Amino acid sequence: MPGRADGHKHLLSIAELEAADIIGLLDSARSFAEVSTRPVKKVPALRGRTIVNLFLEASTRTRMSFELAAKRLSADVMNFSTSTSSLSKGESLKDTGKTIVAMGVDAVVIRCPSAGAPQMLTEWVDCSVINAGDGMHEHPTQALLDLFTMRERLGRLEGLKVAIVGDIDHSRVARSNIHALNKVGAEVLLVAPRSLLPEKIEQMGVTVTGSLDEALTWCDVLYLLRIQMERVNESRFPSLREYTLQYGLTQTRWSRLERKPLVMHPGPMNRGVEIASGVADEVESVITGQVSAGVAVRMAVLYDVLGGSRG
Amino acid sequence: MAFKARARVLDTDDIARIVKRISHEILERNKGAGGIALVGIRTRGVFFAQRIARTIEEIEDGQVAVGELDVSLYRDDIATRGGAASVGLTHMDFDLNDKQVVIVDDVLYTGRTTRAAMDALVDFGRPRAIQLAVLVDRGHRELPIRADYVGKNIPTSGNEKVKVSLAEVDGVDAVEIGEEE
Repeated sequence: MPGRADGHKHLLSIAELEAADIIGLLDSARSFAEVSTRPVKKVPALRGRTIVNLFLEASTRTRMSFELAAKRLSADVMNFSTSTSSLSKGESLKDTGKTIVAMGVDAVVIRCPSAGAPQMLTEWVDCSVINAGDGMHEHPTQALLDLFTMRERLGRLEGLKVAIVGDIDHSRVARSNIHALNKVGAEVLLVAPRSLLPEKIEQMGVTVTGSLDEALTWCDVLYLLRIQMERVNESRFPSLREYTLQYGLTQTRWSRLERKPLVMHPGPMNRGVEIASGVADEVESVITGQVSAGVAVRMAVLYDVLGGSRG
Repeated sequence: MAFKARARVLDTDDIARIVKRISHEILERNKGAGGIALVGIRTRGVFFAQRIARTIEEIEDGQVAVGELDVSLYRDDIATRGGAASVGLTHMDFDLNDKQVVIVDDVLYTGRTTRAAMDALVDFGRPRAIQLAVLVDRGHRELPIRADYVGKNIPTSGNEKVKVSLAEVDGVDAVEIGEEE
């Protein structure tokens, strides 16, 4: 990962990584996955380091996953969460960050609703910063765990055909995955109504279709995005029913497939919207597998960011 | 930094004899192959351990469990190394409780790798005893650690390098002394 002038390593986006960085992290994540299968699920690699989870937006799995990853590496973890209302953006994120880091912190894991805040934070604080999701920008560790899951299940990434379905425009998960998949040589097809696609998305090196059925016969991996319910009433969104009919993985669609793709979902799932409940039950092992992969991948990221230098 | 060999200390036949002798010594000391498990330290320790295990199995009937250990996460010099090293896979698919565990490595030097390996092992269970087998002991210990089985003692100076090559990874069996330049 790119080093910085201040001597701290960060993970801010997939866009700034090279393919070799991504593959390196996935390789070491495989070793870290083994740690979670041991009778003592803990190694002393980051003993004496302190990591703060600064979560300014709701999150269960990402925060718990980062916390567990840090603990399995023997780092000390502090959790800081606040509703966005009590911490206004800009100056006060700067103050909050500086206050936390003044306590002697080696890394801040930040989740926040404003795109670019993790990048800003690196200018303000003297420690490593890891992006755990920033607005509609990126969610790099999610993409890494998704690629890890694809690679473990299907044995390769290069040439893999991945269809991403849903609200691409608002999705940092989609953005990070598109960058990551492009870099490692996978093919990406986006499936969404035009109103939920960013303008000029094709320039990111992807193809676009409006037909889920076409995508289903083509893809090795079907990646369903979570429909953010608060967006359903926005003018760009078709009705929920219309969305499910056109873009949902319904039981009918699933049953008639001869060759079933690997179905993935970043969670939490809206059963009956982007995926039928019966299908969700059938593919659940992959989706829970994504969650366990999350711990291994975040261990690899924390070790990579903090393993080399004492801040 | 390239390694420049000054002298070849061991060749294929020497290493084969060492494997045989250490296998016999392990059997003698532990009164047979029952209850023995070998744990090789990545990378070359693993292959050295596999050779010893095969030889023990030829001498006495039975199976010897071989584990593979990557000690990167237990090292005490993570903070001072240039960057995070890549972490290799660890395989320990047997129960090492009450086993006589022999840690197998290619070179014994400061003893810090051995210490890290012992720390890692006790996270997997409680062996009855831990012993240490090495292909080469080059001296310069920084910890109170001594090998139970030594292939060859090679006195070296601190700025010399010992290079172990094993056919499984390097295509050839050899131990050489030289300098890094």
